[in-house]
Amino acid sequence: MTTNTRLSLDSTGEASVDSKNHSAISAESAVLRISEAEAATAAAITSTETASTVPTDNSRVLLNMGPSHPSTHGVLRLLLELSGETVLRSKPIIGYLHTGMEKTAENLTYVQGGTNVTRMDYASPLFTELAYSMAVERLLEIEIPDRAVWIRMLMCELNRMSSHLLFMATNGMDLGAVSMMIYGWREREEVLRFFEKVTGLRMNHNYIRPGGVAADLPAGWRDDVSDLLELIEPRLDEYDTLLTDQPIWRERLQDVGIITTEEALALGATGPLLRASGMPWDLRRDEPYMFYDQVDFDVVVGDHGDCYDRYAVRLNEIRESMRIVSQIADIMPEGDFRSQNKKITPPPRTRINESMEALIHHFKIFTEGFQVPVGDVYAAVESPRGELGVYIVSNGTSKPYRLHVRAPSFVNLQCLPHLMHNGLIADGVAIISSVDPIMGEVDR
Amino acid sequence: MFPSTMLLATDPLLSEPIGQVDLLLMSAKVLTAFAFLLVSVMLLIWFERKLISHMHQRIGPTIAGPWGILQTLADGIKLFFKEDLIPSNSDRFVFKLAPYLSLVPAFLIFTIIPFGGDFNHTSTQTDPAALGTVTWRDHATYLQIADPHVGILLFLAMSSIAVYGIMLAGWASGSKYPLLGSVRASAQMISYEAALGLSVASVVLMTGSISTHDMVAAQAGDGFAGILPNWNVLATGLVPFFVFAIAGTAELNRPPFDLVEAEQELVGGFHTEYSSIRFALFFLAEFMNTITMSAIIVTLFFGGPAGPVLIDSIIGSDIGWAWGVLWFFAKLFVFLFCFVWVRATLPRFRYDQLMNMGWKLLTPTALLWFLFLSAINIGDSQGWHRALVLAVSLPIMLLAVVLIKQAAINSSRTQEQEHTQQPLDNSP
Repeated sequence: MTTNTRLSLDSTGEASVDSKNHSAISAESAVLRISEAEAATAAAITSTETASTVPTDNSRVLLNMGPSHPSTHGVLRLLLELSGETVLRSKPIIGYLHTGMEKTAENLTYVQGGTNVTRMDYASPLFTELAYSMAVERLLEIEIPDRAVWIRMLMCELNRMSSHLLFMATNGMDLGAVSMMIYGWREREEVLRFFEKVTGLRMNHNYIRPGGVAADLPAGWRDDVSDLLELIEPRLDEYDTLLTDQPIWRERLQDVGIITTEEALALGATGPLLRASGMPWDLRRDEPYMFYDQVDFDVVVGDHGDCYDRYAVRLNEIRESMRIVSQIADIMPEGDFRSQNKKITPPPRTRINESMEALIHHFKIFTEGFQVPVGDVYAAVESPRGELGVYIVSNGTSKPYRLHVRAPSFVNLQCLPHLMHNGLIADGVAIISSVDPIMGEVDR
Repeated sequence: MFPSTMLLATDPLLSEPIGQVDLLLMSAKVLTAFAFLLVSVMLLIWFERKLISHMHQRIGPTIAGPWGILQTLADGIKLFFKEDLIPSNSDRFVFKLAPYLSLVPAFLIFTIIPFGGDFNHTSTQTDPAALGTVTWRDHATYLQIADPHVGILLFLAMSSIAVYGIMLAGWASGSKYPLLGSVRASAQMISYEAALGLSVASVVLMTGSISTHDMVAAQAGDGFAGILPNWNVLATGLVPFFVFAIAGTAELNRPPFDLVEAEQELVGGFHTEYSSIRFALFFLAEFMNTITMSAIIVTLFFGGPAGPVLIDSIIGSDIGWAWGVLWFFAKLFVFLFCFVWVRATLPRFRYDQLMNMGWKLLTPTALLWFLFLSAINIGDSQGWHRALVLAVSLPIMLLAVVLIKQAAINSSRTQEQEHTQQPLDNSP
């Protein structure tokens, strides 16, 4: 290889994909249908070979984005077919964070399951716990106390805020507004501080459990919540100043990554991705669970279905969640924070010292767990990313026979090739960010 | 005139006799500037990190030295001892050459910056060339390494050469992300140089000289009504300054124009494959360019070291020139602050938006304003009434703006049509 050919464009390891050589590539599609082996061969064409095999079309480049790339939100990998900087087709490749959590769940009792599912969507762990607990409770056919339900709602709405704040942070960072990253994390940290006070942990709480919640709200929680709301309200207005009205920000996001309602529905998208396209679909309102029918809130919709709408929907959903939280703080009834069913709820620590029966129950619950009647159930909640469902098949033992999670990040991710089609790389980054995938939830 | 300042510029073959003092003065100035640049880059990186930390409500570096001031030194030492990796796919010679191509111009630009001297007109000094001189052992010299006849053109030339460093770095890396970065770099820097050059032309028009010393001398003294300074930023009517500031930021690849190394898109852009001291050289060059660009802005538009002398002597020795140094650095600091401030505030442009802004907004604006200033200048020299000149040129400018706007709309429409017609399939 001479220096001259080395300096030619081909020597940089790129190769154009010729459909004659790769029949698997379909025409007119935004999805790059190419196997990894083919991609590897295409990328491995050396400069000397290129001259003979792909002489006609040198304008297309296969670019690997991820799994370790600053803006692929963890370990998402994208195979992009580029013409210049324009993304023609793309292929999201997942599995780099796969730890077999759904399989693990089959070997954990229902009591232990909470610690497992909470690690799926690590940005909004309480929602997976909620969907899991709701599914188990439906199988057990038990009622849980009102206060427990209200506590769950309070915590989940706060978690929605923290998750959307995290989105604000990462979206800002992906578009180069690095200050926004820090501001978003800063406000999220305030919410997490409250979580730590209530659950003992900042993330992966295992707080919502079958039968109620793990602990009652600490004394003075109302003041903490109202302080939190007072703090975040003006900060959201600051975001408006920093980003919403910022011309560069608008230029970068408006008309980028457009998806229509029909396309979103066809691809199974839910959550802000669907709502931004103009469809007011929110499980909290359309299939009310817990006590969402008793609180007053608006479902935020966009009308362009572009990245900017997705940003605006999330920003305003934080405001709606704050509305809900302040209503819950007023409503919150007194009572038990977990079911008094002795077969499901472990006895309080003090009872173990004085009651043999309590000791036995405690031992049984934490060793073999509780048995769940045979059957299957699907429980869905509106997570910050869309419809989060947990499907459990029970064979009557204390461990689920099968647990499946309908993860909104996973389903929403299949919109990526469509959204990124004919955009620039920079648009692609904005789009990945606006879909807001959490890879822990995608790979499970 | 002043042999030592004109040493290489007027007499590159060194045919005239050069005294020891000339050489001594020259070496002292070169060494001072070199040391100053290296130290100030170190401090600038620290300053930028610290300032942006506080804008982010973080703390920033605190460990190395007091207030973390030695952080850059620590990072530099670390980088120096790291493994020097050269990708196997790269062109080794160009890969090694590229960092120097971007570092050396960064140093060279600073040679034409006047960074001190007393530029106030006094009764004894009325010759513009005598302003801002410092006398040492009967040798008068400017506080500026060289004042070549090409003057400000050296800056334009050097910033063009710096593009090669970045372009070749990306090209020689033998990998795709750097290649994309270098393609972006060459397009961006070349297109913004047009706007940059045209706004410099406005300043040259007002000064009547391309020598940086003459520019500063022309800006010394009182301006309008004796209240405002006689700075080019006002004399050229603000527009060239804003165009220069924006184009300069783009030329520096600083946010919001940092597409060349957009971390979120291209990982590291042109320097993705660089590690160890070679990476540090790029880093150094970038920050050095920030300093020299601020210095150029100060020189062109804000009177450089020109400023009032408040106390003219201490213990009998004349310290008028030191005030120039002080004013220069004060002004420089303002712009360094602004660069960091902009970085903390704005999101990044997209590639096509950047090119649109360069070609459809900045270049035409700079060109129109330059023609407008020329018209006024010619009118003044011909003795035409200013109102008449304005009455003729303003409608013409307006017409030009409308035409350019229309052309931009048409071109984007054509672009859109081409975009939709672009076939996806390349099968037979």
